[in-house]
Amino acid sequence: MANTKTPQPGLAKRESAPADPDLWIRMYQQMVQIRLFEEQVNDLYKTARMPGLAHLYSGEEAVAVGVCNALRRDDYITSTHRGHGHCLAKGASLDRMFAELLGKAPGYCRGKGGSMHIADQDTGNLGANAIVGGSAGIATGAAMSAKMRGADQVTVCFFGDGALGQGVLYEVMNMASLWKLPVIYVCENNLYNEYTHYTETTAGELTARAKAFGIHAETVDGQDVRGVYEEARQAVNRARQGEGPTFLLCDTYRYYGHHVGDIQRTYYRAKEEEDFWRTERDPIKLLAGWLVEQQVSDTVTLDQMMADVRAEVAAAVEFALAAPFPDVSEVDQHVYA
Amino acid sequence: MSTPSATLSQTDAHAVREITLAQAVREALAEEMRRDPTVFIIGEDVAEAGTPFKVLSGLVEEFGPTRIIDSPISEPGITGLGVGAAMTGMRPVIDIMFGDFIGLIMDQLANQAAKVHYMSGGKLNVPMVVRTTLGATRRSAAQHSQSLHAWVSHIPGLQVVLPSTPYDAKGLYKTAIRDNNPVIVFEDKMMYQLKGSVPEGEYTIPFGVAGIKRQGTDITIVATSSMVQVALTAAENLEQIGISAEVVDPRTMFPLDKATLIESAKKTSRAIVVDEGYERYGVTAELAAVIAEGAFYYLDAPVKRMGAMDVPVPFSPVLEDQTVPTPAALTELAKTLCGRA
Repeated sequence: MANTKTPQPGLAKRESAPADPDLWIRMYQQMVQIRLFEEQVNDLYKTARMPGLAHLYSGEEAVAVGVCNALRRDDYITSTHRGHGHCLAKGASLDRMFAELLGKAPGYCRGKGGSMHIADQDTGNLGANAIVGGSAGIATGAAMSAKMRGADQVTVCFFGDGALGQGVLYEVMNMASLWKLPVIYVCENNLYNEYTHYTETTAGELTARAKAFGIHAETVDGQDVRGVYEEARQAVNRARQGEGPTFLLCDTYRYYGHHVGDIQRTYYRAKEEEDFWRTERDPIKLLAGWLVEQQVSDTVTLDQMMADVRAEVAAAVEFALAAPFPDVSEVDQHVYA
Repeated sequence: MSTPSATLSQTDAHAVREITLAQAVREALAEEMRRDPTVFIIGEDVAEAGTPFKVLSGLVEEFGPTRIIDSPISEPGITGLGVGAAMTGMRPVIDIMFGDFIGLIMDQLANQAAKVHYMSGGKLNVPMVVRTTLGATRRSAAQHSQSLHAWVSHIPGLQVVLPSTPYDAKGLYKTAIRDNNPVIVFEDKMMYQLKGSVPEGEYTIPFGVAGIKRQGTDITIVATSSMVQVALTAAENLEQIGISAEVVDPRTMFPLDKATLIESAKKTSRAIVVDEGYERYGVTAELAAVIAEGAFYYLDAPVKRMGAMDVPVPFSPVLEDQTVPTPAALTELAKTLCGRA
């Protein structure tokens, strides 16, 4: 298995980002929220209380949180099968998220979508997508729509390294560049196309693919939420000012398997690799360390925040477990508008 | 060719002109673009070229290149763009030059456009129209001649429209553009120069309402798109030997006007379904099943099907002409069914 580069522990040294302590604290809370949400999802699966499977976002929180904090509520995102983090970072509520994962009536899609299809137009979430690369067209079309309507909305298309194998992505990147569409392609490279290291499937330099279309491309440490936020902010500014698309390659890692049932993983990645990322490259620990170091916060306060979020998550899952299933008569509703 | 006035949702006393099917399509698109600024057209060579069949000629001059958009040769990409634009306030018309190319866009149609409304629990809509073609005998060989409307008719969430006359094309297109669901319209590329009566005034034709193209009492011929003309010619042949054929055009594969098909078959007691898609697992099978289930006790003969031959469409004219139902073959089948062979 050929790693093209060796990840380094900790954060790279760089200039402190603009001082807005509230913003960093909010991002810490959001990352913790996603982490604890996913732990609860895993628990629901393991205790057979959740139908189907889920693809957990744990380890990648800094990407969704850094990017979505650079967006307005009326900006759009499209998400992936590993989408819980994107939905929450864009503003979805924990209780309705859990309800959707359990197929319950108060879920975001009335239980019709499930884990891989959460959409919430109130927060600009045009939907998670279970076809790898499947939302590239939707995101680019939403950006085109914003431009045609004279709105200044920006669209972020989240996808993973696996989507780099899908042709439609390149078709729409070509058009986005030609027509200077306000879209940001956020590639979350968590190293694995399902169970296969991306270097076994993906030739050349990843950002070169975007640059070939004349798209501004950047690589960012996807475990550093401040760095992700800063790059996303610049990309959003470019998009809003009519300067066209950006490709943001975020180097990150998926703590769990491809999905919750992917337990035996040593045939495709080493336990030591997982341990390294969890201990040395964890986005929540890295931000917490920086917050304490910069005296923005302290460990007691941060621990209390985590406890508060844990209580919110517990309440939300209780809500979802107690919520009713949709009436069976709803099965053929919403096929047509 | 008669069109029942009951299907006119709105009309006025304006003059009725004879225009071609291509003109009718263009008129519908232009009128809807004037009426609604969110309607736009995107596709390969749709602007100055006006498409290879010149159906869209003149539109870019009126609406400009920001609403009549020439795209790269990227069918999945432009269809995906259409889905996203439709979800966010626009009404795109995606031009897919040949129906054969829907193989390229099936993920965008079947997994994205068709499912967005349902998967979102009814919150998001995809008011998108895909216009494309069907039909053989243009000597275009296997990859530019197929009639693949059965593929999309299979998918819940999609609506499928097959106009057979200029009048129907205009009225159905206006309904398609105003509809809040994805609609795929298949135009028979051999019928673009077919002329028919189209009133100048505003009208729409609702989906799910079949058109009775000819009244008859002895046998029902259910025909779609290109096969309506074939059926009407066959009906004239049959009339000469005293067989009165009724020609019913469902006009939309979904929603499907089952009641009209069944009622016609009950009245005549015999039915043939003719369609230019491959016969195997095709539209004819579905329509025949609808009639068999709904009119079984009224039928004097099994429902018969005629589709395109189950071969890739060949190039050589002598071969290609073998693959498509003809008036002569349809006439013979009808005679057999009526005990007159």
